[in-house]
Amino acid sequence: MDIVILGNGISGITAARHIRKLSDHRITVISKETDYFFSRTALMYMYMGHMRFEDTQPYEKGFWAKNRIKLIRGEVSMIDFGQKKLQFAENQHIHDTAFDPAPTEISYDRLVLALGSAPNKFGWPGQDLNGVQGLYSFQDLQSMEAHSKNLDRAVIVGGGLIGIEMAEMFHSRHIPVTLLVREQQYWNMVLPKEESAMVGEQIINAGIDLRLNTELKEIIDDGQGNACAVLTNTDERIDCHFVGLTAGVHPNVGWLKDLGLDIDRGILTNEYLQTNIPDVWAVGDCAQLRKPPAGRRAIEAVWYVGRMMGETAAYSICGQEIAYDPGIWFNSAKFMDMEYQVYGTVLAKPPENQQSIFWQSDDREKSIRLVFDAQSRAVIGFNLMGVRLRHEVCEKWIGAGTPLKDVVEQLALASFDPEFTRHFHSQVVDIYNQRFGDHAIANKRRRFNQVFSFLRN
Amino acid sequence: MSEQVYPSMSVANPHPPLLDGIQRIATIIAFIGLAMTVISVFGLLQNGSYLWLSLFCMAFGVGLYSWRQYHDTHPGIKNDGIWFGNLTSRGFWAWMAGILITFFYVCLYWYPQWLGFSAEGTNTGVVGFFDPLSIALKGKPASQWFVYGTLYTLAILCFGFKFILKYRHNRYQVIRTLSVIFFQLCIAFLLPELLERMNQPSMDLKNMWPLNYYFFFDWNLDKLLNGGNLGIFMLVWGIALIVLISPLLTYFYGKRWYCSWVCGCGGLAETAGDPFRHLSDKSLKAWKIERWLIHGVLVFAVVMTAVVLYTYFTGNSQVLFINSYSVREWYGFLIGATFSGVIGVGFYPLMGSRVWCRFGCPMAAILGLQQRFFSRFRITTNGGQCISCGNCSTYCEMGIDVRSYAQKGQNIVRASCVGCGICAAVCPRGVLRLENGSADINMRTEALKAVHIKAS
Repeated sequence: MDIVILGNGISGITAARHIRKLSDHRITVISKETDYFFSRTALMYMYMGHMRFEDTQPYEKGFWAKNRIKLIRGEVSMIDFGQKKLQFAENQHIHDTAFDPAPTEISYDRLVLALGSAPNKFGWPGQDLNGVQGLYSFQDLQSMEAHSKNLDRAVIVGGGLIGIEMAEMFHSRHIPVTLLVREQQYWNMVLPKEESAMVGEQIINAGIDLRLNTELKEIIDDGQGNACAVLTNTDERIDCHFVGLTAGVHPNVGWLKDLGLDIDRGILTNEYLQTNIPDVWAVGDCAQLRKPPAGRRAIEAVWYVGRMMGETAAYSICGQEIAYDPGIWFNSAKFMDMEYQVYGTVLAKPPENQQSIFWQSDDREKSIRLVFDAQSRAVIGFNLMGVRLRHEVCEKWIGAGTPLKDVVEQLALASFDPEFTRHFHSQVVDIYNQRFGDHAIANKRRRFNQVFSFLRN
Repeated sequence: MSEQVYPSMSVANPHPPLLDGIQRIATIIAFIGLAMTVISVFGLLQNGSYLWLSLFCMAFGVGLYSWRQYHDTHPGIKNDGIWFGNLTSRGFWAWMAGILITFFYVCLYWYPQWLGFSAEGTNTGVVGFFDPLSIALKGKPASQWFVYGTLYTLAILCFGFKFILKYRHNRYQVIRTLSVIFFQLCIAFLLPELLERMNQPSMDLKNMWPLNYYFFFDWNLDKLLNGGNLGIFMLVWGIALIVLISPLLTYFYGKRWYCSWVCGCGGLAETAGDPFRHLSDKSLKAWKIERWLIHGVLVFAVVMTAVVLYTYFTGNSQVLFINSYSVREWYGFLIGATFSGVIGVGFYPLMGSRVWCRFGCPMAAILGLQQRFFSRFRITTNGGQCISCGNCSTYCEMGIDVRSYAQKGQNIVRASCVGCGICAAVCPRGVLRLENGSADINMRTEALKAVHIKAS
């Protein structure tokens, strides 16, 4: 059987790897972006000089031949779902490939669409000028690089994860950055108020010009099709020759409309990640679940989700129907020097029945938030800034509906910070005791053997 | 080849004016200090006070530079522009530095007279330049090894200070670096010199066979046996280190207790070598070469020592086709001098800071086998949080492809891991942690959570 995977990002490649583990089918992966799979999350580290492009590629070149995964570099322009064929664009302008040119068409028995995302544009005047872009693909990075030479200032629009990444990237090259955030605080749709403020302080302390409550109104043309300034909603003009649009992403499915594929915002799939067309699956950023699991969104453009979906689709393609089950929500990020981890349910504006206790270090560099159900006092979420906790321990606590008191007392069990790190668990216990007038006592021991037996039992 | 297609990601100005005025002055001071030592080779500055000035300038210059570089930065990972720097990305200056260091080692091992060493007469050149310090410490004129030991210790001190500033947000790194500084300064450098001053047998008490390959040579055994109680203690200590202390510590903490906390080679690699750690080759091919080479050296060291001991006890210098005197000379030349010294340090700017530790050190090979098969140590990964970015692999000085384990959620149990902890430090998602534990000792290497779906 011929299995064709369109897209060589984390979801497409994970699908390919698992199909290979489960079967002997012929596997072909097509990408127009790069010859080999690379970690998209590492784009920023290439720009900042932490890594080279080849360092961001998780598998050596020999891996693909060894695992009999054929790679094609080319742009697919059309899919004929009836004939089960993909047509490649004529006049492809791909110069940076070591592969043979793509064929004119390729047929499949089963097809996986792993098309990824595209940056949002909200119809701003000037949004298509030269020097205005998002940061998603390797080509975006090359373009950012090309525009960085002698750049006077970059203005970045959007208070999310990519926005702060872009700010950090320019900052590492000593290029002045202005970050426009529409909301009152950085990423406050996702982060609770205190954490959001901590990140804001990081941004400002790094010397980045953070403008809260500020929206982009217009990008100004220098007369030759290049961006030369932006106008904000307060009619302030900020001169700049680069504008980063990082106000979120949407599924990269525009070119698939009207081909018989059910598309809403993304490609609609069932719990096995099958689309409405037989033998076609959709995974990762481009997929939209018809019935998302409780508490989850229909589209989750997150690395980990792409990886889990790729694996789920592989099972389905190979005849083992296992429903998509992403488990308990988790995510992580790094804001400048501040690491962030989240496990379970942590809402920026929680409903009445979700409360939390919150500890913050005196220098406001670290914090721990434990979210619990107001009635049962079972812990439902962890939100951590500058503190590392062990994923599986938190997951087990949440899954078992562990009472807050137990979690607070045993918090050291979940610790994942490097050895000799000063721990603040007793301060968390103090906060708990004050709040509830209880007498919880911190168990400071966190030997690996105890962690191991906790997880095995 | 795609490497040729993307020769460099940086067409922008990757060299912003990072050096401020004070850093420039600090650099000049350090170079003046170094220059004084270098020109003493030609018989200049042979006046006691210039030595102190030279050492002070080097230490002060590096210290001031480091302080200026990090003092007003936010604590955190400081790898910006590493791959853009000429010296840190195998550019022209990296090759120059490599050639100069290599040349220095060649002089040191084989042409000490070029450095001014004189076994009978009075030292001249750089060895003579260091006489005042040597006389102050041990009451005797310097040798080329004294010059080397002093510069080596100074490098670990100064660059250790820089490393501590760089990683000041990470207590594991700070404490570990204080440990290598202590062992180099006090145990490897000062103690043997002071013992020599007191006419006692001198020994670097942490330098274990087979890294210390001449421990069982006749002249060393005779020195220890004739060295009174202290000599006997040193002999017993040396043997206990090999058979008892080191296996025990490696069982509990992995080979890191030695390689990145105590060892002098490791000490230099972790401090002065830190800017080059990303240059180690991460390919499977390099791993294969590594296993053949390091275990080959271990076999060589064991055979050589066995033959030498046979000769010591029987007086017979011929074992089968092997002559014990020539085999130990060859070992000294090939492994002791060429591999550990010339290549080991000279190639820092080209192949990373752990070339010797990774490909050649027989001590590391023994500890590695213990770590791989009988140790509680491993690096654990944090569930599904890995984003495969590659920072861990890139900054692994031992060339371990850490990411290949982390992205599968598998523990990292590798013979070569020295437990420096940098992979865990640079991980932007907090995925790695160094751990010791016995509960799962026989299944440390299993892929515990390699897949999201547990297939039935």
